[in-house]
Amino acid sequence: MKNAVIGNNKQKANLIVLGAVPRLLYLLQQSSSSLELRTECAVVLGSLAMGTENNIKSLVDCHIIPALLQGLLCSDLIFIEACLRCLRTVFISPVTPVQLLYTDPTVIPHLMSLLSRSRHTKEYITQIFAHCCKTPEHQTVLFNHSAIQNIAPLLISPSDKVRMQALKCFSVLAYENTQVSMTLVNVLVDGEQLSQVFVRMMQRDKPIEMQLTAAKCLTYMCRAGAIRTDDNCIILKTLPCLVRMCSKERLLEERVEGAETLAYLMEPDVELQRIASFTDHLVSMLADYFKYPSSVSAITDIKRLDHDLKHAHELRQAAFKLYASLGSNDEDIRKKITETENMMDRIVSGLSESSIKVRLAAVRCLHSLSRSVQQLRTSFHDHAVWKPLMKLLQNAPDEVLVMASSTLCNLLLEFSPSKEPILDSGVIELLCSLTQSDSPALRVNGIWALMNMAFQADQKVKVEIVRALGTEQLFRLLSDPDTNVLMKTLGLLRNLLSTRPHIDQIMSSHGKQIMQAVTLILEGEHSIEVKEQTLCILANIADGNTAKELIMTNDDMLQKIKYYMGHSNVKLQLAATFCISNLIWNEEDGSQERQDKLKDMGFVDILHKLTQASDPNLCDRAKTAMQQYLA
Amino acid sequence: MALPSCQQCALRRALCSTTVPTRHCRAAVIRGYLTAAVSLLTKMAELGAGSLLTGDPAFSYQEHELNERLKRLYPAVNEEETPLPRSWSPKDKYSYIGLSQNNLRVHYKGHGKNHKDAASVRATHPIPAACGIYYFEVKIVSKGRDGYMGIGLSAQGVNMNRLPGWDKHSYGYHGDDGHSFCSSGTGQPYGPTFTTGDVIGCCVNLINNTCFYTKNGHSLGNNLMKNDLRPNLYPTVGLQTPGEIVDANFGQQPFVFDIEDYMSEWRAKIHSMIARFPIGERLGDWQSVLQNMVSSYLVHHGYCATAMAFSRATETMIQEDQTSIKNRQRIQKLVLAGRVGEAIDATQQLYPGLLEHNPNLLFMLKCRQFVEMVNGTDSEVRCFSVHSPKSQDSYPGSPNLSPRHGATNAHLHSTGADSPTCSNGVTPTNKNKSHNKYTGVSSASSSPSSSPSSVNYSESNSTDSTKSQPHSATSNQETSDSEMEIEAEHYSNGVTESSARIMNGTYKHQEILQADDSSVGNGVADDSCSSRQLCGGNQAATERMIQFGRELQALSEQLCRQYGKNATHKKMLQDAFSLLAYSDPWNCPVGQQLDPMQREAICSALNSAILESQNLPKQPPLMLALGQATECVQLMARVRSGSCSFARVDNFLH
Repeated sequence: MKNAVIGNNKQKANLIVLGAVPRLLYLLQQSSSSLELRTECAVVLGSLAMGTENNIKSLVDCHIIPALLQGLLCSDLIFIEACLRCLRTVFISPVTPVQLLYTDPTVIPHLMSLLSRSRHTKEYITQIFAHCCKTPEHQTVLFNHSAIQNIAPLLISPSDKVRMQALKCFSVLAYENTQVSMTLVNVLVDGEQLSQVFVRMMQRDKPIEMQLTAAKCLTYMCRAGAIRTDDNCIILKTLPCLVRMCSKERLLEERVEGAETLAYLMEPDVELQRIASFTDHLVSMLADYFKYPSSVSAITDIKRLDHDLKHAHELRQAAFKLYASLGSNDEDIRKKITETENMMDRIVSGLSESSIKVRLAAVRCLHSLSRSVQQLRTSFHDHAVWKPLMKLLQNAPDEVLVMASSTLCNLLLEFSPSKEPILDSGVIELLCSLTQSDSPALRVNGIWALMNMAFQADQKVKVEIVRALGTEQLFRLLSDPDTNVLMKTLGLLRNLLSTRPHIDQIMSSHGKQIMQAVTLILEGEHSIEVKEQTLCILANIADGNTAKELIMTNDDMLQKIKYYMGHSNVKLQLAATFCISNLIWNEEDGSQERQDKLKDMGFVDILHKLTQASDPNLCDRAKTAMQQYLA
Repeated sequence: MALPSCQQCALRRALCSTTVPTRHCRAAVIRGYLTAAVSLLTKMAELGAGSLLTGDPAFSYQEHELNERLKRLYPAVNEEETPLPRSWSPKDKYSYIGLSQNNLRVHYKGHGKNHKDAASVRATHPIPAACGIYYFEVKIVSKGRDGYMGIGLSAQGVNMNRLPGWDKHSYGYHGDDGHSFCSSGTGQPYGPTFTTGDVIGCCVNLINNTCFYTKNGHSLGNNLMKNDLRPNLYPTVGLQTPGEIVDANFGQQPFVFDIEDYMSEWRAKIHSMIARFPIGERLGDWQSVLQNMVSSYLVHHGYCATAMAFSRATETMIQEDQTSIKNRQRIQKLVLAGRVGEAIDATQQLYPGLLEHNPNLLFMLKCRQFVEMVNGTDSEVRCFSVHSPKSQDSYPGSPNLSPRHGATNAHLHSTGADSPTCSNGVTPTNKNKSHNKYTGVSSASSSPSSSPSSVNYSESNSTDSTKSQPHSATSNQETSDSEMEIEAEHYSNGVTESSARIMNGTYKHQEILQADDSSVGNGVADDSCSSRQLCGGNQAATERMIQFGRELQALSEQLCRQYGKNATHKKMLQDAFSLLAYSDPWNCPVGQQLDPMQREAICSALNSAILESQNLPKQPPLMLALGQATECVQLMARVRSGSCSFARVDNFLH
């Protein structure tokens, strides 16, 4: 059987159809069969597993995994190696559920104990771990069974394969795992720090796969906080190594992984972004990622075209991610990116690509670039990026929506020339529907965009916002558990309640509810920022002609203002004083009566006291208010 | 018993000129010594004074660092031919440039009004192509008023009243705008700007003729120019406004950028290019070519048994007749054993006319024979000191020695394995060791280090050889050789093909051991002195040697008359005769000649001559190929192909 199936997928499938697997497994599990026979069974099964994905499925369906794991308990090394080889082949297949490795809690410790038995056990077991560690729980299980201590010595194994698999293990163990990363930095291998071992594995004459995986390990350790971003092994070794992985000379897969890892490495650190932006012309190097499939490959080589097509999406999304990361903080880098050949066109077409991954990465890139005032005013408008963005917002999964709406927030800023056309495209309804989303991030973005939109907007727009949103939704947002949502909603209110005619108009229709909401917030347990924002709204209301009366007739509200004027926080004092100052302002109808009423309520004494305040702003504000009485 | 020194002088004198009376010689020699000693002392004193004058220890330490680093980075560069840049040139600069700190610091001392006040300086030497990849760094100590600094390269003769990059054949990276200038007044956007505290590097890749700059250890990527770097560029730096100061690092300090890592990538690239050189359909051809090379190498050196085994295994043909190989092998063995006289006889007998047609070779052989006489190994002097008539009879084949091959096998293995890299399988250290050991054994048999073979040997010396080894008694000269072969074949079958060299090496080694043994052993018999002695310490032998010396002198004069003066011959003769001037020739300034290693050169010369006379190549094709490859690599350096630095032949010899 062994000789018949080697290298022949058809024969393998035939044997499986004929039901050879259960028979082989039976023989394998019989402890009465000779070791040679059991070993041969494992070898044949291993050979069958080398075939198509369907073969693997059939094998897994026959419960091959528990049988082989059971086989590992045997004492014979050759038999164990045969079982491990087969297990390895099964587990590295994408169709095998990795959870099967963890169902029996004794399996992992047993594998750890087998690790040092031979060169082959080292290779197969590390390869199984590297493929089966997919979640934080898996990481924890392996970590708790001393994976690090057991695998670290293999990094200096004389066998290339063992070194490589051990390295891969560390990269999957350390990914987004602080506990593992923190342990890794303190591990010594043959008296040398692990990070130095990784640095050596990144040397340029090492195999590319090894360089790349070592760079991943260091990246994950750095992101987990175990290595500082200004450490030489990051700045002078990992970063340049990852930039090299993006070069044209590398394979397409390597370029994708290199760019993604680099984007992840420098995401939070502006200094790394700056260094990367000038290393080896990275920004223009990435432009090549968009040239697949190239026109040459289409004609000359069908195989090549197929290969290029397969990777084209991956390449594009990786490039977008890296651009997004590069441009997230530094204005100069954003400029450099937008000046790259056809960059804005590429983003625009990326936004409407069929692949979600590409769309998401493109919108991330756009978002990163939209933080630049200059780009908003120029290239964003020139390329009408709002059009595909709006289209994207119509029907997209949440993760895309978050990014897209966040970008939209920036595009709706007052100085953005795209604001007008976006308004005309019916964005308000869309944003209002976002505020009803279950995702806090989407609610924030929706209300944030509305807030930006309402800033210094026309009466018409404001009315439209209030109408579309509805007071009910507005109040729901004011009691939102997410502080960010609350803050932006208050911001929206404040932007709506600016310039006197707008204030009066809105207060005349929604005054009652707004006053209720303000009372609610001022009475509730909220942060200083929230209360300050609310007092500012009140001050805006006090600025209206008719709206003033809503406060003046509300003694409870006046008492609250009084309270905040005497608050320990200067910001709140300032906002409350501002409010009073608006109420007693001369040259307005009925100012005398309001002054008198407030005097009776003891506001003058408080104002007098505040003129002595240490804070110069507060002091000035109080003096201005006092002058209204003197005039 | 050592000869009185006066007697030695006399010997020497007697050789050189018979007319000088002996009693004057001592004074003459002493005078000579004194003169030499005085002149030597004077020289040393001068050297000492010189080093005291420049003796800043920090500087010399840096100098040492620099040399070490340059040697490590650019091993292929022959600095005698193409020196590496080590500092800025005080001669090749514009007048607005000032140099200090061993010509490493550059400062601007002009007006700095506009670009007409720009000033540059070049390094002392251009970048040699054999570097493959060259790198230097410049630290910006101060950006001065405006920081108009340019770092780069320029050819000899480019105007120095400019910044590098502005003119033809110059290239530069400028600090004020971060642009790269390639032989043009307008730069291209290239990298970030640089200023005080930054370290800027410039890397020239002579393999693909590109160049890139670095900033604070980060590569900024290839310059915009492609494959247009002209050869012989000098590191160059240019400044333009007052206060600008930069420091160069040509290797005096570790570089900020990891240039060695970059080089390792290219080394790996070139090695894999060589390894993956396409041979297409000719795979079979290649294999047979390689097999022929190996086979011819074995045949050339007379490794007959190995060659036969190899040809059997690979089914290749051997050009030369087997007996011819064996003849050469025998002659070579004799030379390597120091029995040059016999070797000459054998050559004349087997290849009549050969030496007559090669008077130079004959002279060389005779000179060596003289040296071996001093050594006490040549048969002409050895026969005097051999006591046992039996062994004298068995001479020159020394059949009683042959069986010991089997007995010493274990020993051979170990010594052979110790010296696998030496082309002839013999390393000086090993020889010394075994020599000493044997001396010890023969002088004091209680020595704990005595190996079975040496015990056997002392037995065979003191007793009848028939007792010690049964079959040695029946062997005569002819069979002894063939027996040696049998031993050797058996041996080579026991080891893998690849270790053929080891086997052959030890083979010779053994011969040498025998020679040494006998001379020393005889010396002991004469006068229980354990140290080596002239001609084995035998009076008759010494006389024979002096007589031979005279003949040699006469031969030299005859050759001189026939072919004109020959400086090499004269030197050879002088060196050989000089041995007699010392009480212990082995430990004297010319004692090197007595080292058995020295036999190898003459041995291979004789071998080549014999092969040539048989219309066979005097050099094995393997060595020719090796020599050609080495020569090619050197030629690559001269025609400025940078990859030569990573394609060195010795990288592939293990």
